[in-house]
Amino acid sequence: MDWTALWLSLQLAGWTVVILLPVSVLLGRLLAYRQFRGKGVVEALVMLPLVLPPTVFGYYLLVAFGRNSSFGGFWQQMTGQQLVFSFEGLVLASVIFNLPFAIQPAQRGFEAIAPELREAARCCGMSPLVSLWRVDLPLAWPGVLTAMVLTFAHTLGEFGIVLMVGGSIPGETRTIAIAIYDRVQGFDDRSAGIMSAVLVGVALVTIALTFALSARVGRRLS
Amino acid sequence: MRLPNFRTLKGVVLVALGLALGPAAAQDDAPVIAAASDLQFTVEEIAAQFTEDTGMSVRLSFGSTGNFARQIREGAPFQIFMAADEAFVFDLHKDGFTPDEGDLYAVGRLVIMVPKGSELTADGSLKSLEDALAAGRITRFAIANPEHAPYGRRAMEALQSRGLWNPVQPFLVLGENVSQAAQFALSGDAEGGIIAYSLALAPDVAARGSFALIPDDWHAPLRQRMVLLNDAGAVARAFYAYMQQPAARGIMERYGFIRPEGG
Repeated sequence: MDWTALWLSLQLAGWTVVILLPVSVLLGRLLAYRQFRGKGVVEALVMLPLVLPPTVFGYYLLVAFGRNSSFGGFWQQMTGQQLVFSFEGLVLASVIFNLPFAIQPAQRGFEAIAPELREAARCCGMSPLVSLWRVDLPLAWPGVLTAMVLTFAHTLGEFGIVLMVGGSIPGETRTIAIAIYDRVQGFDDRSAGIMSAVLVGVALVTIALTFALSARVGRRLS
Repeated sequence: MRLPNFRTLKGVVLVALGLALGPAAAQDDAPVIAAASDLQFTVEEIAAQFTEDTGMSVRLSFGSTGNFARQIREGAPFQIFMAADEAFVFDLHKDGFTPDEGDLYAVGRLVIMVPKGSELTADGSLKSLEDALAAGRITRFAIANPEHAPYGRRAMEALQSRGLWNPVQPFLVLGENVSQAAQFALSGDAEGGIIAYSLALAPDVAARGSFALIPDDWHAPLRQRMVLLNDAGAVARAFYAYMQQPAARGIMERYGFIRPEGG
């Protein structure tokens, strides 16, 4: 059992959720309320990772983030580290690949809010930020929550991209999904079986725990 | 338990933040070694022995030689590259990714391996494969992908030399590397495959079937070369030197690697 790989996957999922939460709320809200030119294009781009094969995506990332690319070179100059084959690179890949999971459900959540309510909030003199916190989010949270839980679970299982831009480096880019693949190839069925079962368990616990934990927090606060 | 509410979302964010800001997975600066898949068991054992003897440790990553060469070109932070085919090392050196051409550390061999209960018998002359193909008793036969895995390329050459490459084509399943080819060959859903001798000798693999060596003049030699990459540190250099010591040599020989002349 590769605990390092499991912890690495959980951290990757954590970072992805933390980074995507504001994106999910702001972009989801924007797409839900506003009509603007090119909205269709933005929505299509957000959906793209859902239909794009992970290997295609991985290939482009390898080319776009590699040290010979302008972005990869810029990153290396700024941080002194390379982006491909590093944890930071995985986070970036994971953030992009989870865009549809993070934005779509949030957008649906915001769309479900009656326009009259938002207008009322504005009439009461609430600034957009206050309105977001006091009116929009308390109503749209199921969408945002779904988005975050999906993002988290999806990141734990991400395989194709990690395989292509990760390089299976223990403690840096060998996520639990890659570790399972490696152990199967190493004829180590026992470890692969244990890790797979753990991943099933973690997936179930993740969802159950977040619900239960915050329900308790909610009770204490209210 | 209450139904989830708005605060559930805050809870999720807190959990995610906690994970993200938790301690890094590994404060490990042990050098990473990219090793061809045929070394899966061999180098794991050598690395364990190295740690026992010297107190230093390395991290291992196994895969196909061709993929590693590509990743090194894209800047993968490996410190030693142990290739199954020296041509990849020469190319990397030519393009400035290694300080020198490294050392030949082993010559690999191919085996035909068949799982228990297969239609085939483990027969190094490939006669059994030929008969089964003629009789239509083959459903699947596994080799590594000849495009980027040296053991796949050599398996293709061996099959070509017997005139079996065309007949066997419709039945081939290609592993991403030779370890996966072995996995496929022994899955029970294939009649067998051509894999690395070093894998077949590993106890976990050997227990699943039987194997026989394929004559090494039916294919170009599997000259396996290792090389230090440009940013190799002291531990990597120590491991590189250790690979040429008797302790490592003994393990290599146990896994069927032939010691190259003058190596």
